Amino acid sequence: MTSADIISALEKQFGDKIKGKKADAIDPWVVVEPADLPALCRFLKTDPALRFDLLNCISGVDYLEIDPKKVAKAGFEPHLEVVYHLSSFTHKHRFVVKVLLPRWKDGKAGELPEVPSLASLWGTADWHERETYDLCGIRFTGHPELTRILLSDDWEGHPLRKDYEFPLEYHGIRGR
Amino acid sequence: MGVLEGRFEESVITTSLEQAINWARESSMWPMTFGLACCAIEMMATGASRYDIDRFGAGAFRATPRQADLMIVAGTVNYKMASRVRRLYNQMPDPKFVIAMGACTCGGGPYYKYGYNVVKGVDLVVPVDVYVPGCPPRPEALLEGLMRIQDKVKGMKDLTKNQPLDVPIPSRTGYVLVPPELSTPELADAWAKKNKELATPAKA
Repeated sequence: MTSADIISALEKQFGDKIKGKKADAIDPWVVVEPADLPALCRFLKTDPALRFDLLNCISGVDYLEIDPKKVAKAGFEPHLEVVYHLSSFTHKHRFVVKVLLPRWKDGKAGELPEVPSLASLWGTADWHERETYDLCGIRFTGHPELTRILLSDDWEGHPLRKDYEFPLEYHGIRGR
Repeated sequence: MGVLEGRFEESVITTSLEQAINWARESSMWPMTFGLACCAIEMMATGASRYDIDRFGAGAFRATPRQADLMIVAGTVNYKMASRVRRLYNQMPDPKFVIAMGACTCGGGPYYKYGYNVVKGVDLVVPVDVYVPGCPPRPEALLEGLMRIQDKVKGMKDLTKNQPLDVPIPSRTGYVLVPPELSTPELADAWAKKNKELATPAKA
């Protein structure tokens, strides 16, 4: 199936729940609301014509320009994206699903934005979501055990956020 | 033994107890298997037949700190690992020695500025005896580091002179001690201003 076919199949099934799409990108993608993500992904996985049986990776992207001089030219509002790369062994096609999120839930600094977890759908999602939570600070609701996977449990902050401040000291060891 | 065989009569060799013990110590420096990152590959190469660290008596890599004399910290130490490094060091029997192998363990290396999770030098965690720089260091460099450790052992006088063996852990904090004239921002400003005036050439 070509990417245009995949997108049209999704639009036929979900209609205006598809918030954005690009079929001629190197990795063609659609954008959905976080609430619609599990239903869309279940369809992508179980539909016999699509059958995306492999979740390659989950990426967290922080769109934030920290240099005040470059903000005007940046061309995006500050936000977070979660990008799901999917493949099908059966049909040998690939596809990308994106979710756009605010940097903080309800605009309150420190409250992590939330996405439904896909760990029940693809086993791969379990650890990938933990890593995304650990480094980018995105809370995956319904995840079986959402704890830090790389950093130690008592770490503060999420290092791959653009506005992350490096720790001055960690348990008596000098940082920075 | 072929060179020495049959060259001596049956006799007594005199030496000091210290020298004999130091000779035994330096000739059997058992390192701990402690590869943390890519430097470990080079450490393995040092242990293998081409470079053969066993020529210096340090080829018996122990899998437990209780049997080791030498900790070769080979690779990037991050904050999560730092407490484990400290614990392993504390578990080693005295006298114990540490080689910081590679740029990361010497001072953070390529992760110095943007490594949010990398300890900026393993000497902030355990006292280091010999630093072997390089990214990663050649096996020859590690052998050189081992020989410097052996030199250090050769000079040890812990039996007779009761040299203190315990070093404070860590031996340095990494913080810079600010001289009194720079201790507050106001004083520092005044100091910088004075220096600037001194630096301006007098008008002719």
